[in-house]
Amino acid sequence: MRDTQRSGWGRLRAAPVFWPLVALVALVLLNLAITPNFGRVEIRAGRAFGSFIDILQNGSIVMLLAVGMTLVIAVAGIDLSVGSVMALAATAAALLMTEHHQSLPAVIAGALAAATAVGAFNGLLITRLGLQPIVATLVTLVAARGAAQTLSDDQKVRFESPAFESIFNGLVLAVPTPILLALGLALAVGVVLRTTTLGTDIEAIGTSPRAARLCGLRVHALRILVYAFSGLCAGLAGLVAAADIKEADVGACGLYLELDAILAVVIGGTSLTGGRPRILGSIIGALLMQTLTVMLQMHNVPTEQTLIIKAAVAIAVCMLQSPTLRQRLFRPA
Amino acid sequence: MRLPRRHIPTLAGAALFAAMFIAASFRYDHFLTSATLLNLLGDNSFLGIVAVGMTFVILAGGIDLSVGAVVGLSTVVVATLITAHHWPVPAAFAAAIALGALIGAISGSLIHFAGLRPFIATLAAMFLARGLAYLISLKSLPIESDLHTSLAAFAIKLGHVGRLPLTAILLLIAVLGGSYIAVLTPFGRYAYALGGGEEAALLMGVPVGRTKIGLYTLSGALAGLGGVVLTLYSPSGDPSAGVGMELDAIAAVVVGGTLLTGGVGSFPGTLVGVLTIGLIVTIVKNNENLGAGTTRLAIAALLLIFVALQRVLVRLTSGGSHASNAQGRVPDA
Repeated sequence: MRDTQRSGWGRLRAAPVFWPLVALVALVLLNLAITPNFGRVEIRAGRAFGSFIDILQNGSIVMLLAVGMTLVIAVAGIDLSVGSVMALAATAAALLMTEHHQSLPAVIAGALAAATAVGAFNGLLITRLGLQPIVATLVTLVAARGAAQTLSDDQKVRFESPAFESIFNGLVLAVPTPILLALGLALAVGVVLRTTTLGTDIEAIGTSPRAARLCGLRVHALRILVYAFSGLCAGLAGLVAAADIKEADVGACGLYLELDAILAVVIGGTSLTGGRPRILGSIIGALLMQTLTVMLQMHNVPTEQTLIIKAAVAIAVCMLQSPTLRQRLFRPA
Repeated sequence: MRLPRRHIPTLAGAALFAAMFIAASFRYDHFLTSATLLNLLGDNSFLGIVAVGMTFVILAGGIDLSVGAVVGLSTVVVATLITAHHWPVPAAFAAAIALGALIGAISGSLIHFAGLRPFIATLAAMFLARGLAYLISLKSLPIESDLHTSLAAFAIKLGHVGRLPLTAILLLIAVLGGSYIAVLTPFGRYAYALGGGEEAALLMGVPVGRTKIGLYTLSGALAGLGGVVLTLYSPSGDPSAGVGMELDAIAAVVVGGTLLTGGVGSFPGTLVGVLTIGLIVTIVKNNENLGAGTTRLAIAALLLIFVALQRVLVRLTSGGSHASNAQGRVPDA
């Protein structure tokens, strides 16, 4: 079925963003109906409160991770180290603030530089040494957290810095800044992907690296760039996480969040085998998982059982997106 | 006799393992003994059995992220059935293995019938298995059974060389069984064929669906067996057991020379991989003055050096094109 032959509705249904968006809207509507106080938004002391704000704010960390992960998955790779890089960035920032008394720009620059460096290291391992992405990022997953633990002597590092917190856990017009950071980054990346050749370059590398190289694309350099960017996003996420609790919790920061990020990206429609990066889809995917988590919390479902429900929803959305299943279920005329 | 190219990574791995073992024996007293080797086998037996199952799946070009969760589920099932419901020990073991097989079958069906990517389907299965484990028991359950205790202590005496515990025996049986299936049965040949290229395998007449589902079922069953062996090693059912084990298993398989893209690999290789990982951890843990973080860093560094050296050895001995398959696609996860 060619695109031109489909009706407008048919083309809309075929867009990869469609089903995740439908699922998200359906989940929100369901919650508005059955969850008490879900839709309430109130402004107290200049700060917005409410379930929607909770979802956006708690989901902003995964959204930040998912933006970087989208590009990595689009080049047919994967980055398992993002959780550990979060911990490293948080620890670096906390130590720069408490033990080295650096100014705020230096703290932020130092932490983000460390995170980006780890990402670039991943890229080098994968392109120069030819390691498989799972293996390379598995090594950095262990190494980055190990580095963070070594730097902090395996202690949590508390800090007090109103300036830092105002950036990474502050308010702009009653909206928490993490939300603005995440959505702003996603918007910026989306615009760059659309208006420069970067988007099609990434898609080309993900679809066929050999053809991309023969076309003159600098495949290795772009791959390193993508992994470095993923590291940068993880660094930002780590700073947000640290600002939230005013400390760098080396053991727990970012633990297992890479899986949430990967799920968000896949639900959002970017193919694991490489292809077009779909930033909007990843944001929707992250919001979907977060809405689900908040809904389960508000209904007092114990955390252990949320795992099964999350799994079921993730499978359902992926199945709806799968062309194989769509062919079996909705046999086209 | 020309060295078959497909065995080179495994041989490189074995050579490096031997080198590491000998280097360690200079560093530590009484290291170069059969007792050390037997301890390595016994301590890593459950990881090894899980890795054998993972090898099957990876050979066919897939991956199984649920194995760690199935191990945890399996230990909880064994503990509950024996302690709370007084089932006979063999029946409890069989039930755990069967449940693991069922979860594997679910993964395989999701992949084949619903067209989900193995990463996503097994990730969902991981959530499912972990959720089920917590559903059965939120806390660790002790196993109280005389038969179980005597099984755990059972070992074959090997003259002056040492004792081979039941756990190690099961590991060796799994590896030998895996080798037999891979080399001497059609099922094993189909698995390799799938790894070499699914469309080509389909055109050759390989029963793709049956093989895929069978492989994931086998992986799940072996993960269940791994959980059973884990209870022999430490007699309790712990729903949080096996967290992260899938990554250890993947590392063992890769270090053993199996390509993540599939079609190349062997079961003795996986055994080498498991022993190598075990040796790395033993060497690092033996050094008492390392903190938790530095331990992690050391493990990551050793693993990285190992994999990098392996790639160098492979390139030197086989001319470099070993890594790309027929489609010209550089292997990525």
